[in-house]
Amino acid sequence: MDLLLSRFRNLTALLVIILAQLVLLAYQVKSRKDVPLIRVWAVTAVTPVAQVLETVRSNTVRFFRNYFFLRDTQDENRRLREELGQLKLQNQFLRTELETADRVRALTAFRERTPSRTIAARVIMSGTGASANAVFIDRGSTSGVVAGMAVITPDGIVGMVLHAYPTASQVLLVTDPGFAAGVITQKGRIHGTLKGGAGRSTCMLDHVQNEEKVEVGEWLYTSGDDRIFPKGLPAGQVRAVREGKRLKEIVVSPSGLQAGLEEVLVVVEGVHQELPDASVAPSSEFRILQPPAPAVTETTGQPEAGAPAAPQQAPSGPRYNTEADRLREKYQRIGEAQKHVFGEGLPGSKPPDFNMKAPPAGATQGPAGAGPGAAGAGGATPGTPQQTAPSGRGSVTPPAQTDAAKPVSPRPPATAPADGAAQPPAASKPKPSGAALP
Amino acid sequence: MTDLSEHILLDSPRRTRSFRYRPAVLILIPLAAILFQVYVPKFVPALSYLDLPLLVTVYFSLMRRKPITGSLIGATIGLVQDSLSHQPLGMYGIVKTLVGYFSASVSLRFDVDNFALRFFLSLFFFVFHQFLYWVMSRALLNQLVVFDYAQAGIFGLLNAIVSLPLFAVLDKLKETA
Repeated sequence: MDLLLSRFRNLTALLVIILAQLVLLAYQVKSRKDVPLIRVWAVTAVTPVAQVLETVRSNTVRFFRNYFFLRDTQDENRRLREELGQLKLQNQFLRTELETADRVRALTAFRERTPSRTIAARVIMSGTGASANAVFIDRGSTSGVVAGMAVITPDGIVGMVLHAYPTASQVLLVTDPGFAAGVITQKGRIHGTLKGGAGRSTCMLDHVQNEEKVEVGEWLYTSGDDRIFPKGLPAGQVRAVREGKRLKEIVVSPSGLQAGLEEVLVVVEGVHQELPDASVAPSSEFRILQPPAPAVTETTGQPEAGAPAAPQQAPSGPRYNTEADRLREKYQRIGEAQKHVFGEGLPGSKPPDFNMKAPPAGATQGPAGAGPGAAGAGGATPGTPQQTAPSGRGSVTPPAQTDAAKPVSPRPPATAPADGAAQPPAASKPKPSGAALP
Repeated sequence: MTDLSEHILLDSPRRTRSFRYRPAVLILIPLAAILFQVYVPKFVPALSYLDLPLLVTVYFSLMRRKPITGSLIGATIGLVQDSLSHQPLGMYGIVKTLVGYFSASVSLRFDVDNFALRFFLSLFFFVFHQFLYWVMSRALLNQLVVFDYAQAGIFGLLNAIVSLPLFAVLDKLKETA
């Protein structure tokens, strides 16, 4: 037996092991009971390791996930920062564009409602020199700009065209010492001359007597006396008033430069307007001027029949800006009634009888006033200089046309026409060497 | 005797020696194989075909060259597998006992360091294991389980392929008796 066991020891061991397991299996199947002890041992031996593995695995996965998440977060943060910077730049650009669009819209609205014919221009650079109060705009002679044209914004006057080049123009600002413009106070209707030179951003109101009343905060409007700026444009606001020896020293803040200077309007053909009511102060936004009053004839004092409210729509009927215009028109009609041609006749010849009553407009025969020949070399007639178009520089337009809509065209600021055709009235005395007030 | 028989049959004392392993290795390696089987397929289902406990049983049985030791190794690993399964205890135990026994018996006549023999034995014992388990399921548990020969063959090939590097790694842990 021992020999048999030792010889077949391996097989015996196998059979014992198999038999034991078969018994175990049979017991489970037969009794439908489990052997929890072995399972508990096995599970107890395996599950802690599995828990450790799972913990390590989950922590590792979490670590790498967080690591990559943080890396992604950093990348995303960097990307978002870049995007934020781009959006800031874009926002700033769009804001600038929006402001530009607002200004352009204001300019467009102002252009549509103002009776004057204007062209829009953009300030492209300033003049050289630290004290140069001049800028360049992107409209030149090819666009119809000529020297002497008024430059305005909806806020007020800006300056005047000093030189017109083919593609650009140089604009003398109101703050330049060489600039001058006729203005009138809103309340007292006191005439004066707005001059630059009081400071980098202020002007002076000159030629105002001490006896005249000008209040601080009062608005100044162009009077049209200078034949550059149409009447009724805001020029500035009185900042300080001091008594001088004979004239007041009035400091004015020009309104046209307060909101910056980027887009401007060049007045190609100006139309005078009435001053707004004293109770209405110009706002910082674009302001729509009141339409001009209907034309009033000298004889009747009533608005002419058919005279429209807007002067640019009323080509017929005389309208006067100044007393000089009225006198000139009166003398022209008297001369025409007496068949007198102004500019002819030698010195000492009999002048027309200016004491007679002036005939009403339209009563004279033929073209009112002198014909083209009347504006000849004599120049004795106080002709109307360039009242219709800038191209009519130095010519005299018949009063029947010029007095109709009363457009104010710019005159060359520097010199009078070579032919000496027409001399401006005293209120718009020319100023040589590029002076603003001709 | 052919060249093949010269390579796989034992003809020297060096080839008949058995190998010993540290107890920790004998415990941790089967435990790791069982853990791999129950843990890894949860994340990589494609690896469920790997029967690492079977391969470990075959390896240790081959290396130990003792049928009783092989039987005990197979029975232990099989019972642990049974404990972690829903089947009654003894199914894997009996099958792996037989696998361990036959593996150790084969190692007494063949050179188990030969890769081709290892590959063939792994393939054979995988199919044998599957077939025996199927027989026992039908005979002892009366379970109507279908035996898929093709699947068993393919999975046997895959396990045999895996067994080569696995056995090579486990060879690093063996100690000469």
